[in-house]
Amino acid sequence: MSNVLQLKNINKTFGEVAAVHDVNFEVGTNEIVGLLGDNGAGKSTLVKIITGYHHPDAGGEIFWKGEKLDHLSVARAHQMGIEVVYQERALADQQSLWRNIFMGRELTHHGGILNVRGMREETRKLMRTSMGFTSSAITTESTVKTFSGGERQGVAITRALYFEAELVILDEPTMGLSLSETKKCLDFVDGIRKAGKAAIFIDHNIFHVYAVADRIVVLDRGTIAGQFMRNQLSLQELTDRLYHVAQTGQLEQ
Amino acid sequence: MSDNNIARPLSETVGAGPVVRFLRKYALQLGILAVGIIVWLLFVVGSPRTFMSGDIYISFMTTTPYFALMAIPLTLVVITGEIDLSFGSVMAFGMMGYAVIFKLTGSFWLGFVACLIFGLAAGLLNGIIVVKIGVPSLVATIGTQFLLSGAVMIVTNGAGIGMTEMANSGLHTALVGKAFGVIPMQFFWTLIVAAVIWFFLNRHRFGAHVYLTGDNIDSARLMGVNVGRTKIIAFCIVGFMAAFAGFVVSAAVQFYWPTLGSGYLLNTLASVFLGGTSVFGGMGTIFGTFVASFIIGAINAGIVAAGLTGFWTSFIYGLIIVASVSIQTVISRRLH
Repeated sequence: MSNVLQLKNINKTFGEVAAVHDVNFEVGTNEIVGLLGDNGAGKSTLVKIITGYHHPDAGGEIFWKGEKLDHLSVARAHQMGIEVVYQERALADQQSLWRNIFMGRELTHHGGILNVRGMREETRKLMRTSMGFTSSAITTESTVKTFSGGERQGVAITRALYFEAELVILDEPTMGLSLSETKKCLDFVDGIRKAGKAAIFIDHNIFHVYAVADRIVVLDRGTIAGQFMRNQLSLQELTDRLYHVAQTGQLEQ
Repeated sequence: MSDNNIARPLSETVGAGPVVRFLRKYALQLGILAVGIIVWLLFVVGSPRTFMSGDIYISFMTTTPYFALMAIPLTLVVITGEIDLSFGSVMAFGMMGYAVIFKLTGSFWLGFVACLIFGLAAGLLNGIIVVKIGVPSLVATIGTQFLLSGAVMIVTNGAGIGMTEMANSGLHTALVGKAFGVIPMQFFWTLIVAAVIWFFLNRHRFGAHVYLTGDNIDSARLMGVNVGRTKIIAFCIVGFMAAFAGFVVSAAVQFYWPTLGSGYLLNTLASVFLGGTSVFGGMGTIFGTFVASFIIGAINAGIVAAGLTGFWTSFIYGLIIVASVSIQTVISRRLH
């Protein structure tokens, strides 16, 4: 399997703290990679490096479809087709639904003039086809602060889908969701695989990760403690090994 | 419903008709309009002789633009979640640029351009201190307020400069002349500035980023919005417009006072906050600030018409700022 994304020797320090240390990581085309790790393991930092929000320390290399990227920015990552559903959803509460869908990537005419009608129309379509907002109580003008956790997650995921991602990164996507909403979220990840795209699925909940991932990578204290194909281990064995990682920092192979 | 649906509306059973949606969407604007009408009715009832005369409205159109021209762009900075308290000093600083260049060249127009460039530079300085150095805007702009007014005093030696030479110039007529022999040109400039800034705030990518930056700066950054650039541009616009307002005021009285701008802090801020712009950022309208500016202008006239001394104006403006911001804080706390 060829890689859509490859990270080599990635380090990231904030002052004295090494958030990520000597990480080598790859995602294959049409592969769902589950990323597991405790709080402070470096998962979110790694995501922010992949999306161009943070730049790795000198020496680290990032490859996209085999091509080395010299300077990855958020805008460049978007252009290449890397989309993220952040754990904090990355929504602007006081703004309308359509402004949130097109946040940072507004549809414009010449000179940066907003194509407001176009964005409202696209949002209206997405409400029907992807978000499932059928109630007249929610319109394209509704502010996101009035939405439930599931609705907010729907907006964040729909936004990632709309821009036709090659690689979707889901950072704690099931956090705060009800059971039925979680099921829909996991179905969505399965849909990414069926569509021939790749995904990184990050979660604390090993049951959720195990359910959808092809390969599981375990991050601990900023380093990759180990990785394995999902079909190599049962859920019980995975649980035992994660417990071992938490104690020793090493994953039994 | 497709399989991809992962969310359902919380309030599916709650319907909202078009009237309710309209009221929700334009709540800020309708609220400030209602306040404006109530204040006007109170003044008409309290001082019918003054407020039923056309002269008072010509007076509003003459003096309100002096601070509305700053309050309208200041709305952008406040929506980004920042504040600029230096605009009064920037008025004088811009005019210092005019004075220097006019003395060197004898050209009103070059002096006018220099005034705007000095204002723009002052705004850029504020933006750089806040964004690049990371100083909170409240502290940074109090600092530049003193810095710029100090610079003006050093350069002018505290002495004012007469501008009677430009009384019959085209520039004077264009900025502070009378349209149709009645309506002050500065009122039209205020309308134009309000329309242009409204357009950029509501119909341009820059305005979208202004709202996103103030609403949730982390999310905006994560989604690729250049929040630093957005803030710097907003500060630059305030600086530019403060210099423009300074020129308009000076042209109207045909004199440049180095202390120009010191009396505009309260009424400008009161216009922004009374107009519904959130002190926490992310929310505000140009329409609200525009209407609120004229309410503030009317209150000033109303205080005089009611027979109160001018000392009451500071008290009432202060009260308006405290009340507006307190109401916003209570609403914000309830929403979160």
